[in-house]
Amino acid sequence: MDKTLEKEVHDVVIRFSGDSGDGMQLTGTLFSDTSALLGNGISTFPDYPAEIRAPQGTIAGVSGFQVHFGDSRQLNPGDYCDVLVAMNPAALKANRKWLKSSATVILDGDSLTEEHLRKAGFKTLDPLAELNLEGYNVVVPDITTMTREALKELGLDNKTVVKCKNMFALGICFFLYNRPEDHAKKYLESKFAKKNPLIAEANKRAIDAGYNYAANTHQFANTYTVAPAKLQKGTYRSISGNVATAWGLLAASEKSGLPLFCGSYPITPATVILEELAKRRDLGVKTVQAEDEIAGICTAIGASFAGNFAVTTTSGPGLSLKSEALGLAVMTELPLVVVDVQRGGPSTGLPTKTEQSDLQQALYGRNGECPVVVLAASSPSDCFHYAFEAGRIAMEHMTPVILLTDGFIANGSEPWRIPSMADYPAIVPPIVNEAPEGGFMPYARNEKLARGWAFPGKPGLEHRVGGLEKDALKGSISHDPANHQLMVKTRAAKVAKVAEDIPAQTVLGDTTGDLLVVGWGGTRGHLQAAVERLQAEGRKVSLCHFNYIDPLPAGVREIFAGFKRIVVCELNEGQFANYLRGQLQEFAYEQYNKCEGQPFTVVELVENFESLLK
Amino acid sequence: MAQYNYTQADFKSDQEVRWCPGCGDHAILSAVQRALPQVADLTDTPHHLFTFVSGIGCSSRFIYYMRTFGFHSVHGRANAVATGVKTANPALNVWVTTGDGDSLAIGGNHFIHAIRRNVDLNVILFNNEIYGLTKGQYSPTSKLGKITKTSPYGTVEKPFNPGELVIGAKGTFFARSIDMEMPTTQECLVAAARHKGMSVVEVMQNCVIFNDKTHADFAADKATRAERTITLRHGEKMLFGPDRKKGLVFEDMKLKVVTVGEEGYTLDDILTHDAHTKDTTLHVQLAAMKYPEYPVAVGVIREVEEPTVYDREVARQVEEVKAKSPIRCVDDLLRSGETWKVE
Repeated sequence: MDKTLEKEVHDVVIRFSGDSGDGMQLTGTLFSDTSALLGNGISTFPDYPAEIRAPQGTIAGVSGFQVHFGDSRQLNPGDYCDVLVAMNPAALKANRKWLKSSATVILDGDSLTEEHLRKAGFKTLDPLAELNLEGYNVVVPDITTMTREALKELGLDNKTVVKCKNMFALGICFFLYNRPEDHAKKYLESKFAKKNPLIAEANKRAIDAGYNYAANTHQFANTYTVAPAKLQKGTYRSISGNVATAWGLLAASEKSGLPLFCGSYPITPATVILEELAKRRDLGVKTVQAEDEIAGICTAIGASFAGNFAVTTTSGPGLSLKSEALGLAVMTELPLVVVDVQRGGPSTGLPTKTEQSDLQQALYGRNGECPVVVLAASSPSDCFHYAFEAGRIAMEHMTPVILLTDGFIANGSEPWRIPSMADYPAIVPPIVNEAPEGGFMPYARNEKLARGWAFPGKPGLEHRVGGLEKDALKGSISHDPANHQLMVKTRAAKVAKVAEDIPAQTVLGDTTGDLLVVGWGGTRGHLQAAVERLQAEGRKVSLCHFNYIDPLPAGVREIFAGFKRIVVCELNEGQFANYLRGQLQEFAYEQYNKCEGQPFTVVELVENFESLLK
Repeated sequence: MAQYNYTQADFKSDQEVRWCPGCGDHAILSAVQRALPQVADLTDTPHHLFTFVSGIGCSSRFIYYMRTFGFHSVHGRANAVATGVKTANPALNVWVTTGDGDSLAIGGNHFIHAIRRNVDLNVILFNNEIYGLTKGQYSPTSKLGKITKTSPYGTVEKPFNPGELVIGAKGTFFARSIDMEMPTTQECLVAAARHKGMSVVEVMQNCVIFNDKTHADFAADKATRAERTITLRHGEKMLFGPDRKKGLVFEDMKLKVVTVGEEGYTLDDILTHDAHTKDTTLHVQLAAMKYPEYPVAVGVIREVEEPTVYDREVARQVEEVKAKSPIRCVDDLLRSGETWKVE
């Protein structure tokens, strides 16, 4: 082969994989950010182990980063990959099942030692034969050796040199897909500027070496171009779900005029939200890294009482610990946003893997009749919108709101058209500034059934709240039976009334048909891609995807009535389906569920929907 | 000094006080309501800045009886809720009323971490060595061997001494009083309010129903207290007894009770209380003193100024970072870093 042909393609999936210390997350991020800057549609999926440095060379230690880029908006990170970069035999073995039949595999030849092969569980010294890779385009450059060669003049120690091999692999991919190197190089310069400029230089040279190797050796039959996506005009950036969540909360703070307070405890995969907010002292944010999950929510409740917009961020096990205090926030009717970035459960479960199995906990996981508003975000970038909505509803309706995201959208990223804050509405909580005639009644309500919010420090508004049942007006302790019944009903009615203040439910596709696919939260990208594929084939399938869970928006019953069959798809064993069975009892719900710690694949969804359409 | 001219009545709510007749809590409530007018003037705090936070237990009903802002939270969490209140608005004068079960058992973690952070809270720890509101189970301060409903054969666990715990958790202020000693309680409360940082005032409180006379060995009546307690004041000699002839000296790394004029001890040998020293050696030993070997120490045992007061430092960081950051609003933030245009 002496000539490399340039081909134009619509979309490509690359999966970078290696040991958890090989820098695969950084490699993948640099590739996806470079592609985003070129104007491609992007969706990414980091898939990594819970251990920071799992045993080297083993399947358990494989860390992966998948990037899907193309000339249109990418709804999901793709099921199967066009290119697999595998830095060792374990990475190859772990990801063999994700190869498209036409895939290119780039495997570090230096890693094919007896020891590595044994650790990865190969029985022979020929992993390619063992994995039936004969028909694939497998390229096995000696990445470690060539990286060492390229950096030999820099006088760095062997360990540092070997650490640069991921950048060599990145260079190969840059060549293959005609990507410029400048963004990655600029990033490396700034990352290592203070620590050691020589390391920046080494990494940059490794990128060049990989690029030149691919260009010079003609190992690859084709290089590819992917045109920019035809996106709506505007200024874009790449954003992950966790950062978008943090920023959406900041937007709600700004629009309410109240400072943001976040009391939280570090927990995977939610920690980035706390980290992001901790940076934002410039926007008046106060973060308390509390001694535990309980103190996280309790400091937030105290801050809410004191007149801040208060949030706490967590994942499933942390939400369990917060449930008693959530009841306190319900009883004291204070605004509070609780973000639950769901992960595989129960217990410690699968900390770095995704699942949607906290829905029932969010809806019901408290003592007493204890309703809260539950929302769910459905893509990395719309975490911004739903975090804002959570703040708006919490403050204007004086209620705790649980926002559910998940590990998949929290860590994944996509390009985002940056909104202008001028387009967001002002948030107007029922703040009480002075006592009305006859004195301040802490549990007197407005038309939303929200009580007045009187901050300590305002003369004449001295009042007491707490977890004991309250008199319906004065807020003093009441054990009166009729009062308790009234308060239970009022708290429920207040949450139900939120339905009047959210958009009606929408449906993607026709409002009647053979099959309605129902989903909620972070599965939207996969569900939409599957439904659109079937719609393109003329099948009568529509998607009804939920972001407002409790209360349900208006119009759901009418939508459901228009379809012959309804299938509820979720990454749990049927929690939303069961919720719908209680809310809208006249419909029959079929289910498609998965608890593998992984997102749906479009392929499995299409297969399932096709079988339901038969 | 500001002059608000508040009286005790300004801090009394309209709620009927529902503690048992004879409960030590009545005296503590009265001491607080008497101390606050003085606190208001000394710390320039108008009425509407006083905020009381509590957990669960008899002590935590306190907030309903105060005509101030109040938050009755859940069991053990008062110190966490109060940390949020004070950090959100450092201008507030925040008090916590809590008990030995609330802050030393279920809320032990929040208690020690609020102390470690040095949040500017004033904590009144009602110590009656029993769970009262659940009707008489042993607490983390119950004496070893104590027979209660949940320890019918006596407890087999050693109690906490709150003072040792506070000082061990890097506490900057610890004082102790006895419910019946209202002037001492008031003195401790005023000192706690003036202290910048977390203050803990332990009040040895008598639960007349479930643990009556638990402190009686040293606190039964005025005469007993004069003989068996020592009131510590910064800069004063550590003397006690009805005629103030007894005193404390420090020998062989230990405190020792001596009588002035006996065995060659003179007034000069008696220790002078230094509440302000950072060194914890004597403060821990003073807090740990138990009758009959020693008198029980009351008054301000430790009062050390620390530059890092949590709520103040967080507020300072906000101001400092605001002053130099190019990001002034959410629009700035959204456009910071790498962006690109689609035409």
